Amino acid sequence: MKIVIINYGAGNIQSIKFAIKRLGHDAILSHEPTEIETADKLIFPGVGEASSAMKKLRDSGLDKIIPHLKQPVLGICLGMQLMCKFSEEGNTEGLGIFDVTVQKFSKKVKVPQIGWNQITNLKSKLFNQIAEKEHIYLVHSYFAPVCKETIAKSVYDVEFSAALQHNNFYGTQFHPEKSSAVGELILKNFLDM
Amino acid sequence: MLAKRIIPCLDIKDGRTVKGVNFIDLRDAGDPVELAELYSREGADELVFLDISATEQKRKTLSDLVYRVAEKINIPFTVGGGISSVQDVDLLLHNGADKVSINSSAVKNPQLISDLSSKIGSQSIVVAIDAKQISNKWKVHLVGGKVATKLDLFEWAKEVEDRGAGEILFTSMDHDGTKNGFANDALAQLSSMINIPIIASGGAGNIQHFTDAFAVGKADAALAASVFHFKEISITQLKKELHNNAISIRI
Repeated sequence: MKIVIINYGAGNIQSIKFAIKRLGHDAILSHEPTEIETADKLIFPGVGEASSAMKKLRDSGLDKIIPHLKQPVLGICLGMQLMCKFSEEGNTEGLGIFDVTVQKFSKKVKVPQIGWNQITNLKSKLFNQIAEKEHIYLVHSYFAPVCKETIAKSVYDVEFSAALQHNNFYGTQFHPEKSSAVGELILKNFLDM
Repeated sequence: MLAKRIIPCLDIKDGRTVKGVNFIDLRDAGDPVELAELYSREGADELVFLDISATEQKRKTLSDLVYRVAEKINIPFTVGGGISSVQDVDLLLHNGADKVSINSSAVKNPQLISDLSSKIGSQSIVVAIDAKQISNKWKVHLVGGKVATKLDLFEWAKEVEDRGAGEILFTSMDHDGTKNGFANDALAQLSSMINIPIIASGGAGNIQHFTDAFAVGKADAALAASVFHFKEISITQLKKELHNNAISIRI
């Protein structure tokens, strides 16, 4: 199985590479369209700020390629947010895969949300054998509200999308690579698709 | 609901955990990776590695350690100790650390916090503050509490937040090592005026102390070292009891 981590200079990808290795696979990092298009599974990571990450995607032309991929794609954290229509972080257009606008948490709660929160209303094979209310690890100041593409919910300040799915595109606000055994199983479910 | 976090802290010297750690079931008690794996299995929510070595190879040894930890561990971890530049942080995050903690370098050069948060992102930047009370005023201290500064804890914490830190790790030097509980009054005051997560450190002696740090001190996370290293408190048992005390926790 050819697993490609889309490398566009955003974020720490070492952890996700190691997590895939612990599941018995090797992932390669690439920004080359041919490598990406011939992958069996794609991971779209991201840590940092939305508008500058989108700029990197545009500069490399990846913004034109990613929305047309046919194989399973998993966006993680900012990766998931960039797959949305729009982000209020730096007021930037996203890739438009998920029909939702990313917003900032209000000042009623501590921002960023850092730590382990629970996922509920699980509805995707991404969550095979995952129980309701399991804890997953998140670090984020912005969130995607609940929408028709929500496949897992969580609550912080408001109810938000812990995960999204549209056809072959999956996104998790949480970090499966940092979410202990639960995250490892979610990652395995994705690689098993 | 967002869970409160339990964070064991490992002191590292030249790539090894410093002596004093007593684990009969570890093949090599000095191996930070093995200890980290054990804590992770027991239910630690996060780990902190504090490098106290002062050698010239320090940077390389620490980044090698980060790489080895990230290879094995599937929970987040923070690295601190002598970090003073954006390049230092880049190297550690690139090797797999989730966050870095800065302390003295931030006091000496507050602009470092702003630079790190804009170039790397707030989510990866923890500012550690050591403080103790002098004539009833909380004053920031450096070098493990040995050197006093003129900075007021609460004013400094506010500046740290305004400059874009993602979290504050507050250690009360008055409580550290006493095993008499965390500095709950100061913690609660910090928590009421600061809108980023606060990690409580210094004073853990029993399970009730953790309950108090969360319920009274309003801390978002609690860090401890020796009570875990010497097995005075088991993380599994601690989390069970916190849960029974109606503290939101990941079991």
